[in-house]
Amino acid sequence: MARRVGARRASQQRVPWWILLLAAVAVAYVAVPFVALLQRAPWSDLGDLLGRSIVVDALRLSITTAFAATGLAMLLGIPLAWVLARTRFPGRSVARALVTLPMVLPPVVGGAALLFAFGRRGLLGAPVYDSTGFLLPFSMWGVVAANTFVAMPFLVLTVEAGLRAADPRYEDAAATLGASRSMIFRRITVPHAGPSIIAGAVLCWARALGEFGATVTFAGNLQGRTQTMPLAVFLALESDRDAAIALSLVLIAVSLAVILPLRDRWLTA
Amino acid sequence: MKLRAVRLLAVVSVPALVLAACGDDDDDDAGSTTAEASAEEPAVEGDITVFAAASLTDAFTALGTRFESENPDASVEFNFGASSALREQIMAGAPADVFASANTSNMDQVVDGGAAADPQNFVTNLLEIAVPAGNEGGVSGLDDFANPDLLIGLCAEEVPCGEFGREALANAGVTPSIDTNEPDVRSLLTKLEAGDLDAGIVYVTDVMAAGDAVEGVEIPTDQNVVATYPIATLTDAPDAEGADAFVEFVLSDEGQEILQSYGFDAP
Repeated sequence: MARRVGARRASQQRVPWWILLLAAVAVAYVAVPFVALLQRAPWSDLGDLLGRSIVVDALRLSITTAFAATGLAMLLGIPLAWVLARTRFPGRSVARALVTLPMVLPPVVGGAALLFAFGRRGLLGAPVYDSTGFLLPFSMWGVVAANTFVAMPFLVLTVEAGLRAADPRYEDAAATLGASRSMIFRRITVPHAGPSIIAGAVLCWARALGEFGATVTFAGNLQGRTQTMPLAVFLALESDRDAAIALSLVLIAVSLAVILPLRDRWLTA
Repeated sequence: MKLRAVRLLAVVSVPALVLAACGDDDDDDAGSTTAEASAEEPAVEGDITVFAAASLTDAFTALGTRFESENPDASVEFNFGASSALREQIMAGAPADVFASANTSNMDQVVDGGAAADPQNFVTNLLEIAVPAGNEGGVSGLDDFANPDLLIGLCAEEVPCGEFGREALANAGVTPSIDTNEPDVRSLLTKLEAGDLDAGIVYVTDVMAAGDAVEGVEIPTDQNVVATYPIATLTDAPDAEGADAFVEFVLSDEGQEILQSYGFDAP
């Protein structure tokens, strides 16, 4: 303990004042709007506002779909990050650009593109709907699909960077000992990339929790089925500002409750 | 393949969800037309910012183009959105000159808040059922909105078209089986045009604006709801003179003629 305090003091002495100043401005820039939000919060009516069915439904749906989207993004995104980090193939840079496209695309455009692909008259949606009657839009799975589309790039980029920074010699050693690539991936790569996977999953989850544009465009908006917290907040903002602020506070509290413990455990080196 | 995808994206009309979305920059032809401003009116100058209900998108865009051609030194910029969203932006101090709402209650709240005075009703609009071209769902009236096998969309009850739509359904004694409550009338229309929904309740003017992409199914007069649109210059308008001139133009015979060509009725 004493040694850590000493070490911190030593490192603090080396930080130039202008770096500290700019860092403080960065913190203030994020903090001031939050303080303003808290200051406008209807504290006395909070209990009443939060007990409404619209809030309970939206919160349950938001949390469920954010976790489902994160799971789906991990299932598909970790292998993709590994392929991007460890293999060479023609068109790899195109693949990477394509995967990060949802980060720059306005989410409503992403939602419209998802409709073109998976809507009732979409590229893939039409044959599936005609033969099975299954439809992604206007269902909870539509919310998960929209969330995954928008949030997966955050996971892929983070995990890929983590894999690139990891020492490849463990994988090489395992290979010389006769382990298959599939076994190396499961037994060496994934455990070693643990912190970056957790970090990527947290980013992905947080992005999914706040997702609005793609969700409302692709999945629609119906309480209990597709109305997530951001959608409820957006509509409440137009009719009942106190309810909108209360909803936002819940969203912030929930994300902090999930992210803070993970940060302490995994994200600080 | 990639190119085609990009072109598809460019073609889609994205619903105006973005709060800060501001009018069109397509005013190149404004300056090229020679001034025809009538002699009795002084020439209007400067940028006029108009916050208008989403259902006014096409009519007001045409109106703005005509206004600019008659006032070559003026430029009209629009922010189209749900009237309730625009009301919130105005109350929060957005720098707007004119507010045109799709219902009287949003305008009343702006007036009560001291942000506008003396609103005038400039058009009315009726509701109509919109179905994708071909009407595959076989929708013939509001009764079909109770069918759970159809994909039914309404506007959210927080926005005027959602409030009126629910009123019409109540008039018809129908409990709808809703699949989505869209944040404004244009995003509902976009989903109907693309065939992602079987039916929705929009304004008569929206069905006209959508052209061949959707078909309209009339709502009988005893079930229908008349939407009254008020317009006003805002108290804190940065360009009050321009704002008054635009409001006057909307109320003039010429403005009314343009509005009626888009399916609106005189108040």
